[in-house]
Order: sequence, then C-alpha cells, then structure tokens
Amino acid sequence: MDNILQEIGIENYIYLSTLLFCVGIFGVLYRRNAIVMFMSIEIMLNAVNLLLVAFSTYHQDAAGQVFVFFSMAVAAAEVAVGLAILVAVYRNLNNIDIDNLKNLKG
Amino acid sequence: MITTLFYILSAITLATAFLTIFSKNPIHSAIYLVLCFFSIAGHYLMFNAQFLAIVHIIVYSGAIMILMLFTIMLMNLNKEDEKNKSVLTRIAAVVSFCLVAFVLLATFIKAQPQMIAYKTSGQDYQSIKVLGQVLLNDYMVPFEFASVLLLVSMIGAVLLSKKEHINN
Repeated sequence: MDNILQEIGIENYIYLSTLLFCVGIFGVLYRRNAIVMFMSIEIMLNAVNLLLVAFSTYHQDAAGQVFVFFSMAVAAAEVAVGLAILVAVYRNLNNIDIDNLKNLKG
Repeated sequence: MITTLFYILSAITLATAFLTIFSKNPIHSAIYLVLCFFSIAGHYLMFNAQFLAIVHIIVYSGAIMILMLFTIMLMNLNKEDEKNKSVLTRIAAVVSFCLVAFVLLATFIKAQPQMIAYKTSGQDYQSIKVLGQVLLNDYMVPFEFASVLLLVSMIGAVLLSKKEHINN
C-alpha cells in the first residue's frame, strides 16, 4: 500500500481532481437552490484538497497535508457563516432561490 | 488490485458528485454528498494519509453535512418544489461545463508534464506522529490563527442568524 503512485501514477489523480472541480463549477451554474450551490463549492474545495494530498505524497513532504488541514478549517468556518446568511435570507424572503436575491441590483 | 480499487473509488466519487447536483430533493443531495466525501476519504486512505482521512470524515461528514442537513430541515426544504432555471441557462451551464473540462483536461494531457517516476525514500513523512510534530513546530502560528478564525466564524454565525427582520 506504500507505493500507490507507482501503481497508478500522478496523472490519473490530476485528471480526477480536474473532473471533480468541473463538476463543482457545473453545480454552481446549474442549480438555483443556494444550499446545493454550497455543496458544489464543497466539491470544488475537496477536488483541490485531493490534488494537494496527491502531490504531498509525490514529493514526500508533510507540508501539503498540513495545508489541507488548514483548508478544512477554513471550509468549516465558511460553511458556518454561509449557512447563517442563508438562514437570515430565508427569514426575510421565505425561500432561498438565488434568483430572488436581486435587491442590490441598481 | 490497487488500480481496480482506484477506478471504483473514482467512479463512486464522480457519480455521487453528479447525483448531488441532479437530485431534486436537497436531502438526497446531502446524502449523496456524504457518500462523495466518504469516497474521497477512501482516496486519502489509499495515499496512506490516515490523519487526513479521519479528519476529513470527522469535519466534512460529521460537522459540515450535519450543519447542512439541519439547515435544510429548519427551512423545510425537503420537498421537490424547486423551479428549474430557464432552458437557455441550463444549456449554457452544460456547455460551459464541457468547455472548462475540455480545456483543463486538454491542457494537462497535452502539456505532458515531465513526471519523474515516484520513488520511496523510505522515511516516514505522513504518520500522525510526524504530522503532529510538523504542525506544532513549523506551523504553530497558523494553527493558533485557525482557532481564532473558528471563534470569529462562530460569533459571526450566531450574530447573523439572530432573529431580526429587515422590514419592520
């Protein structure tokens, strides 16, 4: 189990992360529900984290994994604040359809 | 054996990510996203990064998805009443997805990066012991600032979701 990159190769992980990131972009563009858009952002963050861990293993350097740890902390903070904003939006508009959020439009 | 496992895990990851987006019911989206996170934790385990696999399961499946599920239930969204975007917007979304995926994949395939074959140096670099030493020696200050960030975001979440209306 120690030599996974010898068996698979780093290229396949690059392709997987790229596809996962594109799926996240697609989710943000495709849906109107703000919570599902949040989930798509989480998918994008996870794609980047996966690639960081792959290259951390490739270079045999622990710094990449520490960076992924901090990125997870930031993701947790982001989700907490974002969901609080969504709750506030829902209290005022009674839905979280992002197409209704156009009060700032000039 | 490992290659087969990689392909199965990747298929699960991509399929559940797509199902997250295509599910009409937000609860189903959340469940599929939990499956996606578990398969990514499986990828981390295949890299032998035990610490990150456990932290990933605890933080994402344990904390973040529970928060999202509670929000979905709080807003009573567990029904399929979402109107779709207009057909034009959806076609544009699909086209831009295909274009972005095509450009990025073509770049990474065509660039043919000179990847040196992976060699193990034999030394331990990602066990919990080594990671703990790196985290608390080299990255001590960012580690403390992460706790400040979490505290600030907690206060912000409490303040933002306090009950007050704009129109009164």
